[in-house]
Amino acid sequence: MPSTFETVANIISETCDIPRDTIKPESHAINDLGIDSLDFLDIAFAIDKAFGIKMPLEQWTQEVNDGKATTDQYFQLNNLCTRIDELVAVKGA
Amino acid sequence: MRLEYFQLIDRIVDLDLAQQTICAEARVPSASTIFEGHFPGYPLMPGVLLIEAMAQTSGWLVIAVTRFSRMPFFAALKEAKLRSFVHPGESLSLSAKLLHEGSGYAVTRAEIRCGSKLACNAEITFRLVEFPNPEFRASMEKMAAILEFPIGALAHG
Repeated sequence: MPSTFETVANIISETCDIPRDTIKPESHAINDLGIDSLDFLDIAFAIDKAFGIKMPLEQWTQEVNDGKATTDQYFQLNNLCTRIDELVAVKGA
Repeated sequence: MRLEYFQLIDRIVDLDLAQQTICAEARVPSASTIFEGHFPGYPLMPGVLLIEAMAQTSGWLVIAVTRFSRMPFFAALKEAKLRSFVHPGESLSLSAKLLHEGSGYAVTRAEIRCGSKLACNAEITFRLVEFPNPEFRASMEKMAAILEFPIGALAHG
């Protein structure tokens, strides 16, 4: 079974046509990979489907806009994968 | 249809919140200045307007599913196929199904049939945002009444 990161990286690669080998756990989806908000909707759709979750993008965006969180916390891939794992754990609890 | 007002559907005929589906109907006007250019001597309903009709049908479904708490804005279109010509005066059956309601976005699959014939279909993504102001929301509620949108069903769905 692929890791969360492997699944997310494959989704990003396929959705945004980014070479898979350039996508690292420390990559920032926006700053490093250049993914814009519209492309991220496609990625979110694929992630939601793949993991059976609903990523709280509105809440995350609000926290960033309010200065309560940095984009790194949600959009650096290793952090994003941690959030996904947490959502999956909550769903399975 | 009132093309001059960009109103591409006439009436919502069914809304099933459990199945997350919607059906609507529309009649293409017999005459419009649009047909003078598209095309001279061979009037056809433009494909971009058929896509907009699918988006409007889907949009009302998203409004229903989100209980009128968010306004869906057309964001992306995938796998759009314009399968057959639609002529002035024809009656259309439009339908959409919600594929996914995400946080701040939604995805639908929509189609239009002309009689039994599939005219077009597509997958549509919407951004969901709060209504930008009370006037805009009021205008959508007014349009909902015009389209016979079953607003009462939202309380029981």
